[in-house]
Amino acid sequence: MSEIKLERIDDNRWLLPQTGKMKVPGIIYANEKIYQLLKGDESTKQVANVAHLPGIVNYSLAMPDVHWGYGFPIGGVAAFDLESGIVSPGGVGYDINCGCRLMATNLSFADVKDRIGDLTTALYQHIPSGVGSTGSVKLSGKDEKKVLEEGAKWAVKAGFGLMEDLEATEDGGAMQGADPGQVSARALERGEQQLGTLGSGNHFLEIEVVQEIFDEAAAQAFGLRKGQIVVMIHSGSRGLGYQICDDYLALMVKHMQETKIELPDRQLACAYLNTTRGRNYLAAMACGANYAWANRQLLMHRTREIFEKTLRMAPRELGMRLVYDVCHNIAKIENFKIQGKMTKLCVHRKGATRAFPAGHEAVPVRYRSVGQPVLIPGDMGTGSYVLVGQEKAMEETFGSACHGAGRVMSRTQATKVSQGRSISRELADQGVLVMASSKGTLREEIPEAYKDVQDVVQVMHDSGIAKKVAKLKSLACIKG
Amino acid sequence: MKTYKLIDHTADIGIEFWGKTKKDLFENAVEAMFDLIVDLTGINNVNVKVVTAKGADAEDLLVNFLREALYLFNGKKWIIKQCKLLEMKSGQIVAQLQGEPYDSDKHQLKTEIKAVTYHGLSIEKKAQGWKAKVIFDV
Repeated sequence: MSEIKLERIDDNRWLLPQTGKMKVPGIIYANEKIYQLLKGDESTKQVANVAHLPGIVNYSLAMPDVHWGYGFPIGGVAAFDLESGIVSPGGVGYDINCGCRLMATNLSFADVKDRIGDLTTALYQHIPSGVGSTGSVKLSGKDEKKVLEEGAKWAVKAGFGLMEDLEATEDGGAMQGADPGQVSARALERGEQQLGTLGSGNHFLEIEVVQEIFDEAAAQAFGLRKGQIVVMIHSGSRGLGYQICDDYLALMVKHMQETKIELPDRQLACAYLNTTRGRNYLAAMACGANYAWANRQLLMHRTREIFEKTLRMAPRELGMRLVYDVCHNIAKIENFKIQGKMTKLCVHRKGATRAFPAGHEAVPVRYRSVGQPVLIPGDMGTGSYVLVGQEKAMEETFGSACHGAGRVMSRTQATKVSQGRSISRELADQGVLVMASSKGTLREEIPEAYKDVQDVVQVMHDSGIAKKVAKLKSLACIKG
Repeated sequence: MKTYKLIDHTADIGIEFWGKTKKDLFENAVEAMFDLIVDLTGINNVNVKVVTAKGADAEDLLVNFLREALYLFNGKKWIIKQCKLLEMKSGQIVAQLQGEPYDSDKHQLKTEIKAVTYHGLSIEKKAQGWKAKVIFDV
């Protein structure tokens, strides 16, 4: 929004001054280049809108991948006081616990450079993706409730993975407080058939190679080395999560008048955290989060099987292990120092990744000396980054960093500019093999539809929120 | 003839659509949404579903109505080609939706619509009729 004037704080931060009914100011992480992109976007106004919500603490924040969402901006972070604050389903998003999972292998690029085609074909054939796909696991009602309560733990107990996978998953792959009793019949119905599916749109599975290491110590702790083959998965809670969000949004919109909260956008509908409605949403949201962790665990398990079978390798030989799994659409109760005092807050991360520093108890023991891995996927052509959370994130961003490159072009615009081009051919020329169930998706997801992930990541690095550890280059990508 | 156009939204998809009357507008909304989801050519109007929706105001009613129609696809795997409003009064509508069950061998899906959002939602009375905007999360 051009009428909102941002004031430069330093090279990587812009202040959105508190005006009107805003309860706090906003801060947007952006360098000059990203700042210029903000001008044509509604996201600045959305940062201001979030600042209107009751109980918001310190600032309404936006990470450098910020772009126009609905209600909250995508790339938005906001923390709320447990007594005077709210929780907003729209501030989490429809795809509850949409997130990324990075797996390392014992393979080097030289070992598989002639097998990428075979691997990709096999992955594409055996991992359900695309609109309307159904999973290989059919859940009974009883099992589905277990999935909602136990998340990735359920998957591992059912034989889809290893106990050590759970240690490398945010929250151990199971969020506390999940209550399937707060999830509607419609959501359960939609969840029954979609476990183990990738989804469509920007969701993907990529085979990547570690191209560059920036921080040797952290890379070593994460088990990453130059030339290594890794796999990145981006997926979420599928129809179950969308339905949970939609159900609670409808409920909160219906009761908005009772709360006497004035909203600049109905999509920001919310409930006070200390009310039954607020608590019920968090209990249902945790179910969605757990479903997503079980989903990514299943996708990883299938990937392991497919690699082992295609390459005729034993599990130990392949050594496919989970580096980390992070969610980037979530609300979590976490502790932060506010005015010198440790305070429990409800942090909304809407397209933002947790980025806890070394020493934090929520960081897996094996990474605690360096910090939490932060996984940042870029566009199909550019590849991804691994970062590590820093102490500054605890001071400035409620332990959060960016979650991706962030779109700059709408889907319709991307479809228009890619008219008549063969996107898969263009990507093949850059050394990326792409298989997608829909040509439309490929066109919507063209690399130039996104900001340059390198710029986005550099802002996080330079501002000291999360430091660069490794750059990953895509070799093959499966899209819905 | 198409009764809607796509509007640019960075992350999602929005539509602007029209109707001679408010009733037309609501009917066109459902048909436009399904036109985004699936290729509607060759879909038969063989089966009938009746849905009811309620809302605090016209905008809320529109979102709730589209939610119900979207659930028929996302939850029940039905493709809707035609929508006819049977009843429209303040705060409530009853509509008859016609189409056929989704068949992955026959139907070409285009877009996965996750949800109907309230963001940027508007309904306006114009000189020639009604105009509305809705943004879907995709």
